[in-house]
Amino acid sequence: EVISVKPVDAEKKRTLSPYVTGNSVLAIKYKGGVLMACDMLGAYGSTKRYKNVQRVFKVNETTIVGASGEISDFQYISNLLEELTTQDFCYDDGCTLTPKEIHAYLCRVLYNRRNKMDPLWNSLVVAGVDPLRGESFIGSVGMLGTSYTDSHVATSFGNYLSRPLFREFQRDDMSLEEAVSLMQEALRVLFYRDKTSINKYILAKVEKEEGVAISK
Amino acid sequence: KEKKRSEGRGNRPRVDSLRPLSRRLRHLIYRFVRNTMNACARGRAVVSTNDRAQSGDQHAHTDQPVSLGTTIMAACYKDGVVLGADSRTSTGSYVANRVTDKLTKLSDHIYVCRSGSAADTQNLSAYVIWFLEQHSMELGKEPEVLTAAKLLAKLAYENKSALQAGLIVAGWDEHRGGQVYSIPLGGTMVETKFAIGGSGSAYITGLVDATFREGMTEDECRAWVQRSVTHAMSRDASSGGCVRTVAISAHGVRRDFLEGDKLPL
Repeated sequence: EVISVKPVDAEKKRTLSPYVTGNSVLAIKYKGGVLMACDMLGAYGSTKRYKNVQRVFKVNETTIVGASGEISDFQYISNLLEELTTQDFCYDDGCTLTPKEIHAYLCRVLYNRRNKMDPLWNSLVVAGVDPLRGESFIGSVGMLGTSYTDSHVATSFGNYLSRPLFREFQRDDMSLEEAVSLMQEALRVLFYRDKTSINKYILAKVEKEEGVAISK
Repeated sequence: KEKKRSEGRGNRPRVDSLRPLSRRLRHLIYRFVRNTMNACARGRAVVSTNDRAQSGDQHAHTDQPVSLGTTIMAACYKDGVVLGADSRTSTGSYVANRVTDKLTKLSDHIYVCRSGSAADTQNLSAYVIWFLEQHSMELGKEPEVLTAAKLLAKLAYENKSALQAGLIVAGWDEHRGGQVYSIPLGGTMVETKFAIGGSGSAYITGLVDATFREGMTEDECRAWVQRSVTHAMSRDASSGGCVRTVAISAHGVRRDFLEGDKLPL
């Protein structure tokens, strides 16, 4: 039995192919917060075209969002999140959006686009620390709207290569140094085994007191 | 919503007699007719045709992105930016225009290198020229390069399923000095120190990576751009003709033209 979708305005609303893409994003919880890492490559098919692409977006002092997949869609999502944050700022009520809320928001956005057969071609990782309760949060949303939360998350190739490492070595009470070295190990494996990857990466961490710090 | 392609096309009535045909075929004919009409009526060059119109396949999507028949590049030097492009526009195998100007002025100190479908890039540029003019009137001063780049990126992104346009926006403004923004297929916007685009760029990626230096002077940068484009032209059949360059800095804009027989190769 064939299920066919009527091509309503087929030109304007159709499933896209990704052009400029990013590869894996990794995130793990450690004792003081969460750590996220990704490389800085924007690949154009098999060509390693842009080597200075920021694939981690700081939403507010408590949350960061990393994306793999189509970079233009991620830039669009960053705009949406910036609008959310600005609105939050304008309310001026002392409350900021928590990572869980941002994760839920992105789930809805991506799932709704998927329902319109016009997905945002991204696998997103939302990570942060809830400012009130001090709990770390890591969540993932895919382009089909699939979402889950866990202590360690990886997208794209990292799913196959890094998650076994995380499963083995990640603990919620790791120290920052242990977490960083585990992350670097995972990144090294990805650089060896993922063809579109480069050895330039970003590490971003969110901690309860200190907020977000992003470094190369 | 003004930016949706259907409202930009004013040529519909002329092709109404084809209404009985299937919708898709009609659309393909629109694009082909509009493309050639654009080229003739405006007296400007067709950068490259919509090969899709002839192959009957809207988006021949494989893992590799579609390459665009030209060579364009832009680079920052000490005081500003230099843009360069070849001058060939091909319709299949025929060279439709051998003296094309692919470096389009968006504003006094902002230019864009166009690659991909001529109709798409020309119309995108026309929109942005219009927006920037209005914007600069309200602003009271020259628009910023980032503004132009973001406008083009937004247009490219919102209409990504319908457009085939690879653009490089470069210019100089007071706020950030010389900047180069690359906007490939799909509408991503990336700021870089130098950028190359078009089908010919594949042949010079290594050359350009190896020979680029930061902080060149204007003459060095222009010579570098001319040499690189020449190398691309020598190996890419879709690039050729002469090399046009534009150098933009605080002092002004300088256009240069290097004839085909005087190329450094």
